[in-house]
Amino acid sequence: MTTTTDADKLPGGVSGRSWLPAVDANWIRERGVYVALALLTIYNVIFTNHFNHYSSLETLMSQTPAVLIVSLGMLMVIGTGGIDLSVGATMAIAAAVLGIMVAATDRGGHNASLTVAIILALLAGLAVGIFNGVVIGVVGVQPIVATLSLLVAGRGIALVITSGHLLELFRPGLSKIGRGQFAKVPYVMIIALVLLVLVTILMRRTTFGYRSVAIGGNLPASVLAGLPVRRTIITVYALCGVLAAIAGVLATARLRSADPSYVGLGLELNAITAVVVGGSALSGGKVRILGTFAGVVLMQLLTTTLTSHNIPSSATSMAQAVIIVAAVYIQRTSASIE
Amino acid sequence: MAAPHETAPTLSVQSATKRFAGVTALDDVSVDLWPGEVHALVGENGAGKSTLIKLITGVYQLDAGEVRYRGGVVHFHSPRDAQRAGIQTIYQEVHLAPQLSVARNVFLGREPKKFGALDLRRMQRDSVELLRRYGIVADVRRPLGELGLGVQQMVAVARAVSADATVVIMDEPTSSLEPREVDKLLEVVALLKEQGVAIVYVSHKLEEIFRACDKVTVLRDGKLVSTTLVSELNRRQLISRMLGRDVVDLENERTQLGGGGAIAAEPVLEAKHMHRKFVLDDISLVVRPGEVVGLAGLLGSGRSETAKALFGALPIDSGSVMVDGTPMKRHTPASRLRHGVAMLPEDRKAEGLIPGMSIRDNIGLASLDQLSKSGFVSRRKQAEIVDVFMKRLRIKASGPDQLVRELSGGNQQKVLLARLLCLNPRVLLLDEPTRGIDVGAKAEVQALIAELATKGLAVVLISSELEEIVEGSDTVLVLRDGAALGSLFGDEISEDAIMNMIAGAAAEQTEQAAQTGVVAS
Repeated sequence: MTTTTDADKLPGGVSGRSWLPAVDANWIRERGVYVALALLTIYNVIFTNHFNHYSSLETLMSQTPAVLIVSLGMLMVIGTGGIDLSVGATMAIAAAVLGIMVAATDRGGHNASLTVAIILALLAGLAVGIFNGVVIGVVGVQPIVATLSLLVAGRGIALVITSGHLLELFRPGLSKIGRGQFAKVPYVMIIALVLLVLVTILMRRTTFGYRSVAIGGNLPASVLAGLPVRRTIITVYALCGVLAAIAGVLATARLRSADPSYVGLGLELNAITAVVVGGSALSGGKVRILGTFAGVVLMQLLTTTLTSHNIPSSATSMAQAVIIVAAVYIQRTSASIE
Repeated sequence: MAAPHETAPTLSVQSATKRFAGVTALDDVSVDLWPGEVHALVGENGAGKSTLIKLITGVYQLDAGEVRYRGGVVHFHSPRDAQRAGIQTIYQEVHLAPQLSVARNVFLGREPKKFGALDLRRMQRDSVELLRRYGIVADVRRPLGELGLGVQQMVAVARAVSADATVVIMDEPTSSLEPREVDKLLEVVALLKEQGVAIVYVSHKLEEIFRACDKVTVLRDGKLVSTTLVSELNRRQLISRMLGRDVVDLENERTQLGGGGAIAAEPVLEAKHMHRKFVLDDISLVVRPGEVVGLAGLLGSGRSETAKALFGALPIDSGSVMVDGTPMKRHTPASRLRHGVAMLPEDRKAEGLIPGMSIRDNIGLASLDQLSKSGFVSRRKQAEIVDVFMKRLRIKASGPDQLVRELSGGNQQKVLLARLLCLNPRVLLLDEPTRGIDVGAKAEVQALIAELATKGLAVVLISSELEEIVEGSDTVLVLRDGAALGSLFGDEISEDAIMNMIAGAAAEQTEQAAQTGVVAS
């Protein structure tokens, strides 16, 4: 009865003046993050000293990978209409597991091989993710509540694993992962980009990807279409946990120490911000991978820009807030015509 | 009967018209509501009842016409405006705060205060008194959510009334109530009427209308059909007005389109004694290959619920569903689809389409396993099958990449049908396959159903339009209040026969109620 379908037949070029691109809410949502990123880059090129130097890019490439990897997991979760607040804590758990396995025996560690330690750290992330997925998909707890519990408890678990210590890790292999470069590109960035490609393939080419977007787009319809909803949801959170663990390992490698009380602190919010700014719908059903990538870079570049212009960090947070509000506002207006 | 003593109606809707994106939801409807009158508002889904109510209560604004209230033209901009003016609405679901106490709920939004703090003592005292006046016994300190649904509904009524209501609108207030609770509610309605309150009573339950209401207004397709005294109508006449078929027209009109012929075959889908508390009451059903079984009944008769139970989408307390004679162990849609049973849901937007996905992805959604190899979706297979069905069902779109939310209702429905047909089902459960789609697409969908049945598919067909059921079915199961009233076969099937069956049962129930002496009016 309250059909409004005909109202949203708004094809791209409704603008009266054909020589201008049609700027409507949809256009902004589709491309806004790229435009913002381009404008910010141009601003930097003109006004920021020393920006036109490779080191700027290098800094960006060492700062973004952890957030990017976590954001990819967050993106998949948000795509199903969920959210994962525990990613930062999961990074801490992975860092703690890695640290305690690698650390020397006289410092309470197990002096295990790096490969074994990394695998165990990733398994810890997998376990956290499966736990989240089961609580949400099978028990039926709201995602925000289910993952909030681990946001609170996870870091505690990580501190218990390391007995509350910061573990300094001296392993050449670990340092190489964290600080090494190939053709002037940090390994961590290469790993992040490979994961970006893998997530793209997963979401765009596999049955799993189709199903998770469908679940986010319309859950009751997905159930009636016979989709394996539980399995898909558990898998999504499991993958998110593993990605967070990878980010935790890379952050630990970069810092050459496992610091469970600091690693990934507040990163869940950065990830959610990147996903939203990137144009994905918080309500699910729309997954924009390149947008998320651009969102991560945009937020990082914004911080760098403001810092290099000696603007206090409190102002930086406010600028970030403005961008988030703008992104959410654009989403809201576009949702209302749908 | 409410012979109105007043000279002017309390509320008067004049030539109300409301359009939504080109669809006229309400077209030049006028209704008068007098003090002390219980006015029933009836009609099938999409008739315009809820639109009319939302126009009165300020949820929607009129496109044309006016609402006069207590003699003056009013423009309510929100339900809150309407409430302040004395128009209270009670919905099917109780819209109160279940965690708060009964007393707090009664005074929600207008709590008495003492020294700036809530005056709990007074709230408790006053609410006890108020509820007692309507014969409601409940501990007002307990959280509302702990009470039965019936009592909750009654609290909502008491709350509405205590706010000095002059008009009370009840939107299917009894849909989740037990018979005893319904009696209680109707008693309250009678009390309100005595106090001179004007009541709008929306319901699909005929016996309630005949028991409690003075006047009845019938809406159909957004238009006013009639407003009459309830005493001037019998059940048959009321039903035929709701469904839009004149009783005289019905006699010579029937044409058989269904598959037929294959009735001797073994049943492909069989349900035995399906029960679900308050929803389904002992439904049994047999569908054979090539047969179209129509489920007839008014809205709320359990048609959709029967289809959902057959599909495993609605849990059943007892009973069984068999496919090819094998009892189904797992009661889930996924398991039914694997056994070749597919369902087209009633509400294609809420339960069918993934609006942000393309036509291609929507069509292929249920058959992803067949369209993929080791987890990777084959673009080629997907394109092939989508192409076949877009042509076969004549889906009009700019291409398979177009988003389904941009399509017309008819084409959206075809996309959903294509999704089901991709699975090569042997049983199709079709819930309102032609609702809200234009005439051309409707004819196409109806022809498709007939064609599929001829090819040996077993079909269960649900429709609010009796004509569609009569013309398309080989067998008709008539439902009412979740129970089967009986079946009609072959030549017995006519709109007349179906309406008689429904009306007969309604009359019986009212008589029973009258005999047990609980009638309020």
